[in-house]
Amino acid sequence: MADLKILVPVKRVVDFNVKVRVKADGSGVDLANVKMSMNPFDEIAIEEAVRLREAGVASEVIAVSCGLVACQETLRTAMAIGADRAILVESDADLQPLAVAKLIQAVAAKEQPQIVIFGKQAIDDDANQTGQMFAALMGWPQATFASKVVVANGMATVTREIDGGAETLEMKLPAVITTDLRLNEPRYATLPNIMKAKKKQLDTYKPADLGVDVTPRLTTLKVSDPPKRSAGVMVADVKELVAKLKNEAKVI
Amino acid sequence: MSNYSAPLKDMQFVLRELAGIERVAQLPGYEEATADVVEAILEEAARFASGVLAPLNFSGDQEGAKWHDKSVTMPAGFKEAYAQFIEAGWNGLASEPEFGGQGLPKLVAAAVQEMWKSANMAFSLCPLLTLGAIEALQLVGTPEQKAAYLPNMISGKWTGTMNLTEPQAGSDLAAIRSRAVPQGDGTYKIFGQKIFITYGDHDMAENTAHLVLARTPDAPEGVKGISLFLVPKFLVNPDGSLGARNDAWCVSIEHKLGIHASPTCVMAFGDGGGALGTLVGQENAGLKYMFIMMNAARFAVGLEGLAIGERAYQLALAYARERVQGRAIEGSTGPVTIVHHPDVRRMLMLMKSQIEAMRAFSYTVAAAHDAAAHHPDADERKRSQAYVDLMIPVVKGWLTETGNELAYLGVQVHGGMGFIEETGAAQHLRDARITTIYEGTTGIQANDLIGRKIAREGGATLQGVIALMRQTEAELAKQGGAEFAAIRAALGQGIAAVTQAAEYIVANYAGDIRGVSVGAVPFLKLMGIVAGGWQMARAALVAQAKIAGGDADPFYPAKISTTRFYADHVLSTAPGLAHAVVNGGGGAMALAEEML
Repeated sequence: MADLKILVPVKRVVDFNVKVRVKADGSGVDLANVKMSMNPFDEIAIEEAVRLREAGVASEVIAVSCGLVACQETLRTAMAIGADRAILVESDADLQPLAVAKLIQAVAAKEQPQIVIFGKQAIDDDANQTGQMFAALMGWPQATFASKVVVANGMATVTREIDGGAETLEMKLPAVITTDLRLNEPRYATLPNIMKAKKKQLDTYKPADLGVDVTPRLTTLKVSDPPKRSAGVMVADVKELVAKLKNEAKVI
Repeated sequence: MSNYSAPLKDMQFVLRELAGIERVAQLPGYEEATADVVEAILEEAARFASGVLAPLNFSGDQEGAKWHDKSVTMPAGFKEAYAQFIEAGWNGLASEPEFGGQGLPKLVAAAVQEMWKSANMAFSLCPLLTLGAIEALQLVGTPEQKAAYLPNMISGKWTGTMNLTEPQAGSDLAAIRSRAVPQGDGTYKIFGQKIFITYGDHDMAENTAHLVLARTPDAPEGVKGISLFLVPKFLVNPDGSLGARNDAWCVSIEHKLGIHASPTCVMAFGDGGGALGTLVGQENAGLKYMFIMMNAARFAVGLEGLAIGERAYQLALAYARERVQGRAIEGSTGPVTIVHHPDVRRMLMLMKSQIEAMRAFSYTVAAAHDAAAHHPDADERKRSQAYVDLMIPVVKGWLTETGNELAYLGVQVHGGMGFIEETGAAQHLRDARITTIYEGTTGIQANDLIGRKIAREGGATLQGVIALMRQTEAELAKQGGAEFAAIRAALGQGIAAVTQAAEYIVANYAGDIRGVSVGAVPFLKLMGIVAGGWQMARAALVAQAKIAGGDADPFYPAKISTTRFYADHVLSTAPGLAHAVVNGGGGAMALAEEML
């Protein structure tokens, strides 16, 4: 393998342990003083890319994040896991999947990666769109929800999780992969690598530098808590249960 | 089984606002410890502690370390966890870069160690003892010893032990009998039995470096005739490879109240002809080296008190939020979770407020340690070292005594379920119990405090600390509101109590050493409570400034309320302790022994 770059977009999201609260005005989720971390699916993507480099399949792993300056922390985390360098596309705009896909497209034009590995979705908005949109913009083949990735001879063989089982696709590089939960178990970053991450290269662009218009195309009307579960009722026997499922819940 | 989630928010707050990590990072040699790197280190350490170490805490306690055929098998999962621990490079966090360490400040190490100890105290003792042995070799090892051992020990590939205690030589090491016989080639054969040797044998590493106190043939009697020897489990060949098994064996392990996963070994040296060892440092200077290392070890054990308190609190809080029992005392339509009951709330606040006070106090001592070691100005180094020396017995004694109280409260919050082992609260109580005993009992710490650290210098260092406390009190006076008035009143009363008790100790130490010594432990607790209150007051002042600056983080008002609680429930006990110091000496010694 001579010169195979892997680009891994990573997103800074509310930490998975945090119980999110909806803002009082219903405009979104309250992010003030909330712990933020790397999207777990993106961590899996970084891990997979680093494994491919360690196996000698890839030559370089580049992490890229789009968003606030604070995304630098997320990129440092990616570099502590093993990414070689990072790119921040800095913007305080509300970046929606299409905008991010276009920004990554512009970064890909500069970096010329052979593989771009996305997390299948981010755990904040659960959009599950950016990887697919990016593939469409590039005109590249894509294999989403990967649970196994093998790269050899200019081809990526990807096992993907689908309803009722798994299917295996073969794609010619360059290609897009999005990761599912079972692809790998991300390592713990080592202390020396955490300290080295600080010294790795981190370049910053603005969307304008990349010529990308990030204006939101979607409008959020309202964000609200899921409806509270009402208390259960005791049923006398199976007959009553079946009747309720049929007539009240209307599920059978 | 309980989860552990590192209290990163409070840790970061203490590091930044009270212990001054940014100032520490400006000290020569600590340039890499910038705020962002430290934050990344703490976050990853927190993940490791929760993900790898904490899940083995309960199972390790239940299964325990097992002894057979002169060797120890660790509980399931420990070997793998240790391999991950050293693979991730955590072992060398604060050790010298020359031998592969990361050379990070003690302040950062303190926060990371707190996590290991909270997650799994029994596990954390292995790297702790290795660290003690590393420090001894860094301090006085020969170039050959350093080259052969330090890289392997700093990486964690080899572990280390401290072999001090013998059956007749516990707190009094002058009674040590182990012998070291020179072989004429620079090596010695060691003979003797050592007890209470933490991780004296285990299956997690390929070699262990035992540091052993023993006497050479012509050594003077008592403490002036004790030398320190390096005795490896496997001899090390000149090329660095491992050679023959040395004659140093674990002949049994103790059945203990707590820390079941930590093997506490009886070590036999030389039963099969002699254990080969080499002298560390100068002959007959062993105890001096031990005392230098003891500061580090006592600080680390102090952190165990804090760490167990934190874990016990997390468990008790989770239970109190979940357990529905009884109606609210003021009346409620149905049963409520027990966190609503005022007494449960009081217990949880006793835990939370003292944990935060212990953390603030101990981390600031760690920062002073960094200044003492690395500050460019010699006077500043000296001042910082004096502060560290004064406070080490307080960190060790007060944090471990308080840690025990918090583990007790942790059981109490659970009610009957707390008495059941499967709940997990009982383990914290059992594990905490050793912390006031090993590395010098609370009584030993307190004697060190009032004797060597206060009476000997006429209380000079303490007076300087009291002046700083008075400055904080003056800052409190500038704040408005009932919270700050109450905090100021309690801190002022606490400072007065310390002043009064210290003056009594200085004035009477020579004339009535027995009476003064009765008050040693009450004085140590008094010092801890007031020093903790001082740091909490500083924390409240920072919080107030943040709020005034428009920061809406609920952490800050909570910090002020927690300080207020500490002032009313903990600091308020200071005058009573001072009373015991000043007036209580005679009463303890009054009875004839047969009337006890």
